[in-house]
Amino acid sequence: MTYQPKHESVRRERRPQAPSRVGAKTRELSFRAELRRQLGRRRTLWSFVLIGALPLVLVAAFAFGRSSGPVTGTRLVDLAQGGAANFAVFTYMAAAEFLLIVIAALFVGDAVPSEASWSSLRYLLLAPVPRARLLTSKLFVSLATLAAALVVLVVWSSLVGLVAYGTAPFTNPAGGVLTWAELAPRLAVATAYTFVTLLQVGAFAFWLGVRTDAPLAAVGGAVLLTILGSILGQIDALGDLRHGVPMYYQRAWLDLFTPTTDWTAMRHGALWSILYAVVFTGLAYRHFRRKDVLS
Amino acid sequence: MQASRWLKPAFVPSHSRVAVLVALAALLTLLSPASLYAVPLGAASSLTPAVNAVTEEQLTVPVRAEADGIPVSLEVAVWRPDGGGPHPAVLLAHGFGGSVADLREQGRKLAERGYLAVGYSARGFGASGGRIHLNDPEFEIADARALVDLIAARSDVVTEVRTDGSRDPRVGVVGASYGGALALMLGSTDPRVDSVTAYITWNDLADAFFPQRARTGGAAAASDALPGPFKALWAARFFGSATAPARTAESPASSAPPAAAPTAAPSAIPPVATPPAAAPTATPSTAKLPTAQPSPVLCGRFDPTVCRLFLAATEAGTPSPELLALLRAHSPKPLLAGLRAPTYLVQGMADSLFDLSHADATARALQAQGTPVAVRWIDGGHDGTSSTATDDEDALTAWLDTSLRDGKGASGVPGFVYAAPIPRRQSVAPLYAVPTYGDGAGSVSIAFAPVDRPRSLANPPGGTPAAVSSLGGLPIPATGGAAYQLAALPGQSVAFDTELLTDRLAIVGAPTVRLRVTSTAPSVTLFLTLWQVTGESASLPRKLVAPVTFATTPGVPTSVEVALPAATWTVEPGSRLRLLISATDSAYAVPRTARADRIELADAALIAPTLNGTRVAGSADSETDTESIGVALAIIAALLAIGAAAAWDRRQRRRDPVRPDLADIPLTVANLVKTYADGHRAVDDVSWEARRGQVVGLLGPNGAGKTTTLRMVMGLIAPDSGTAYLGSEPVHPGAPALAHVGALIEGPGFLPHLTGLANLHAFWAATGRPTEDARFDEVLDVAALGDAVHRPVRSYSHGMKQRLGIAQAMLGLPDLLVLDEPTNGLDPPQIAAMRPILQRYAAAGRTVVVSSHLLAEVEMTCSDVVVMNAGRVVATGRVADLVDSADTTVISLDPRTEVGRVGAVAEAIGRAPGVTAVEVVDDSAEPRLVVTASMPRADVVRAVAATGADVVGVSSRRHLEEVFLGVIAAAQGDDISTGTNDSGAAHGSGGAGGSVGAAGAAGSAGEPRSLSDRLRQVRSR
Repeated sequence: MTYQPKHESVRRERRPQAPSRVGAKTRELSFRAELRRQLGRRRTLWSFVLIGALPLVLVAAFAFGRSSGPVTGTRLVDLAQGGAANFAVFTYMAAAEFLLIVIAALFVGDAVPSEASWSSLRYLLLAPVPRARLLTSKLFVSLATLAAALVVLVVWSSLVGLVAYGTAPFTNPAGGVLTWAELAPRLAVATAYTFVTLLQVGAFAFWLGVRTDAPLAAVGGAVLLTILGSILGQIDALGDLRHGVPMYYQRAWLDLFTPTTDWTAMRHGALWSILYAVVFTGLAYRHFRRKDVLS
Repeated sequence: MQASRWLKPAFVPSHSRVAVLVALAALLTLLSPASLYAVPLGAASSLTPAVNAVTEEQLTVPVRAEADGIPVSLEVAVWRPDGGGPHPAVLLAHGFGGSVADLREQGRKLAERGYLAVGYSARGFGASGGRIHLNDPEFEIADARALVDLIAARSDVVTEVRTDGSRDPRVGVVGASYGGALALMLGSTDPRVDSVTAYITWNDLADAFFPQRARTGGAAAASDALPGPFKALWAARFFGSATAPARTAESPASSAPPAAAPTAAPSAIPPVATPPAAAPTATPSTAKLPTAQPSPVLCGRFDPTVCRLFLAATEAGTPSPELLALLRAHSPKPLLAGLRAPTYLVQGMADSLFDLSHADATARALQAQGTPVAVRWIDGGHDGTSSTATDDEDALTAWLDTSLRDGKGASGVPGFVYAAPIPRRQSVAPLYAVPTYGDGAGSVSIAFAPVDRPRSLANPPGGTPAAVSSLGGLPIPATGGAAYQLAALPGQSVAFDTELLTDRLAIVGAPTVRLRVTSTAPSVTLFLTLWQVTGESASLPRKLVAPVTFATTPGVPTSVEVALPAATWTVEPGSRLRLLISATDSAYAVPRTARADRIELADAALIAPTLNGTRVAGSADSETDTESIGVALAIIAALLAIGAAAAWDRRQRRRDPVRPDLADIPLTVANLVKTYADGHRAVDDVSWEARRGQVVGLLGPNGAGKTTTLRMVMGLIAPDSGTAYLGSEPVHPGAPALAHVGALIEGPGFLPHLTGLANLHAFWAATGRPTEDARFDEVLDVAALGDAVHRPVRSYSHGMKQRLGIAQAMLGLPDLLVLDEPTNGLDPPQIAAMRPILQRYAAAGRTVVVSSHLLAEVEMTCSDVVVMNAGRVVATGRVADLVDSADTTVISLDPRTEVGRVGAVAEAIGRAPGVTAVEVVDDSAEPRLVVTASMPRADVVRAVAATGADVVGVSSRRHLEEVFLGVIAAAQGDDISTGTNDSGAAHGSGGAGGSVGAAGAAGSAGEPRSLSDRLRQVRSR
């Protein structure tokens, strides 16, 4: 009402400079900044709680109807109570069947659409975070979180197994005994392999998330893809075509725990996964780069 | 392949054994294709020379008559290459139960390769006459020699004439199973044969049906020992395949419904037998089952002697000496001394009928007499197909080319090739080779784990139940643990495990063990199998049984050495071998008297033969990793495609040039156009600018395109054309110039799980700029959230989020602050508080752009205004200029003035000279007249007063709302071209004028009504 500045007078004023950005300037949406955005989230916390609870639930479940006799059997689950090593491998297998797939879809697929659903995506882009950089940060941090989840699962289930079942070396129901020194590197490789196979699920979810802006579509779509893949994988008529079905080789890491490791299936599984991951990640970047952000 | 796999294991009761056996045999034969026993020389051979056109000749060749004088002729087919010649010849012999029809494909292949191939149906098979004598040297072998005569007589066969004038053709003989034995026996008895190939066949037929793997007292020759237990299951199949109705080439057995089998069995007289061979001595309906006088119904096309002996053995479970003598005579073994031609023996490890020991015996006999011999162990046989079939075909082709066509002996293939077990997850066995069969063999001794006490087993009375380990080629239904449980029946079996192996071990050959057996009976029959045990699960990689029968004295220990089945095994470290000894086996006839044996290990070790062959490059290698390579290439291709797409996008990307001339203008919007995917043109050629120190209001009804314009300004959406400039920099997604912009667009967006303060920090962290530049304290003062900044945002009210959003937009005090509907959710005091904040912000030389539809708010806050409607800019200018103009006078009347009186006043004024328009603003609290006139304002006031109206106020300013509605109406009028006389609404120059009619006013001829209608239209878009 009273404020009517003259243009001339304004022009003479000191133009407020952009803050001096020498030195302290870091990259937009640094990994650390993105990590801080994600860590406090309930879905992250709950996922880790679930992972932490799984070994305890298994120990409790095994406690029902536990017999005092020696632990024997021809399946991994029969030997799970034989020692921490067997328990850790069994727990990992139980989780890898489905839990880890959901967690991978959740961590990676939800990263972008969650920001969209909070309306905070546009503010990140205005910050300004270049679009490719935004995806890179999201992808890196979500994959790092996923890797952390896998490591936590293995280490924690080993610790729980140690307390519950002792330090016996790993006994493979299909033959062979692995000492802890032999087992530890194989567990590490198994974790790495699972991580690589989960890349395809993550990348697919990531792409769906970038496309749809809907967290549920991203996570649900990726899980559905995995389920569809496992159904197709059971159809013998498809023969070798099944090798290309997503997650066909997801259990190949069990080969590591036989006395002589056959790497063929793991090599195939890793390569297929990387192929899908590359394709879907590429599609996601391409789509997001030219996308009109309306959310 | 094996149609018979549907058969369940049958425990045959002894009293009706023959009847059931025949029925079973008939069924089996109907189901089992003879092609299983044909030499594989298929289309897949990779050694393909020039292909010749092939002509087929059909012949009927008379041969020796049967003993009862019935004449016999054979159906013969000749496949010869067209042109060229003379050619080397190959005589093809089919398997048991087959006929010349099975040889056609193979014969054609050979002819295409340049051989003259001769195939025939053996005596008693197919359309040939006569009876089956089981490769009797006097009949079947003589027939084959007659065919060699036939070949010798042909002019298109490579032939040399010997000194005595007889002709010696270059001829090889190839056969599998029944035909394989024939090949060996022909080669042994006819010196004209230049090359012999015998697939999966016997050395000694007596040993095949009564196998004996025991070597008591060091006597190595199995034939001298007691005959072993009767291989009843295979005998039934073997016998049945000749007694069942003969199959014609036109109706292969596999197409016959199994249900036809029981009714078909009695009519076993071959319908295609050319001569009246089968004398109609009995009608099918009166058939009895006398074993002494076998009827043709029972024996089919078998020679009566052979038939009778077989049936007797089947009944008794033990052979008569007569039968043993006959079987031995009908075997290559006694004739091999005459075999001098290079010989190729292919024997299978999936073969419980003629196991590797037969080929071994033949090969050693030939080696001993200096006959060139090559041996190949495949993982197929009578029980399954070879996984290396392609490689097998190539080897056979190479063998024939060198031994027969080129006359170079056995040099075409390595002396010994063997298939190792198929590695996990692969489908083809790796092949290994050594130059000479029998060379380089070593052995290892694998210690058994200590056994604390002697173990005993019992033979059950009647011999049932019988353990199931292999079913004579029928797959065992269960796998894994169940398979072992079927094989190791409690009480009837004992098992000895070796120690855990520490190194990988490859066994090639027949392992041996020594047992010490103390029995309650004078004769002991045992069945030994070799299992691999990994962890808890036992598996039988080679489904082969070593049967032993030996005499003993009750209560006295007898030592016996047993050769386990020969095969190849790979034993992984960490696993062990298990020797399973069973009293029964369902594939064999077993003693029916009860017996108990105590079994100890005479040697605490298993002696396993080993061999270090060199790997043969074969199909197993080519399979190794096409998948890995293919997928790896696909990954590279995908990466290249992504790189190319990125490069293409970069080239295609529209990058507007920098405009240095705009450097001093914080925001310039130039000709922006945006059409959404649904075809709605939200922004249509919009241009405006915001300068330093200005608070620019972006006004417009909902849907006017304000937010879309701001999104393009921020680079969130890409304009179809036109550009927004921040200073001189064109805006694109992620443009660095956006760092100078703070914005609140379409509501705030925060991470709900973080506190207000943490959200501001998180946002600032995302910009990557130093923390000290953020000015958190100043900004938080604006937000005025108090302690609520430490609560998670999800607990905030709408207004709190809005204030935090404005604060976030102000972080770092950007040069340009863009606020979209900032007053949403704010209460009046907060709106009032926001006003000076924005004005002070701009006063410092920065720029503020506020979009709103609250006109009063914009009027009070903004210095400049841009009015948009339906995607276009309809007015721009300074707020003061818009609301204030010299020719307009606003006269407020006393609120108590009657409505009709106001209209009268308006009409009176309108008639005054110099007055161009009068409008009534029918506000009951403050009725107003807006007078547009060319005369001075004082005259207008005087004129109004002269009408007697109660003037309470005079102003030069209208409310922005009135201007806004006027502008919108004018734009709308232009848009829809109503054609009505809108003179009052459209006269303002530069868009800075207008006229407004109050809703519901009856004043000026209905025009106000239409304006408000149009406004409603606009709003509804």
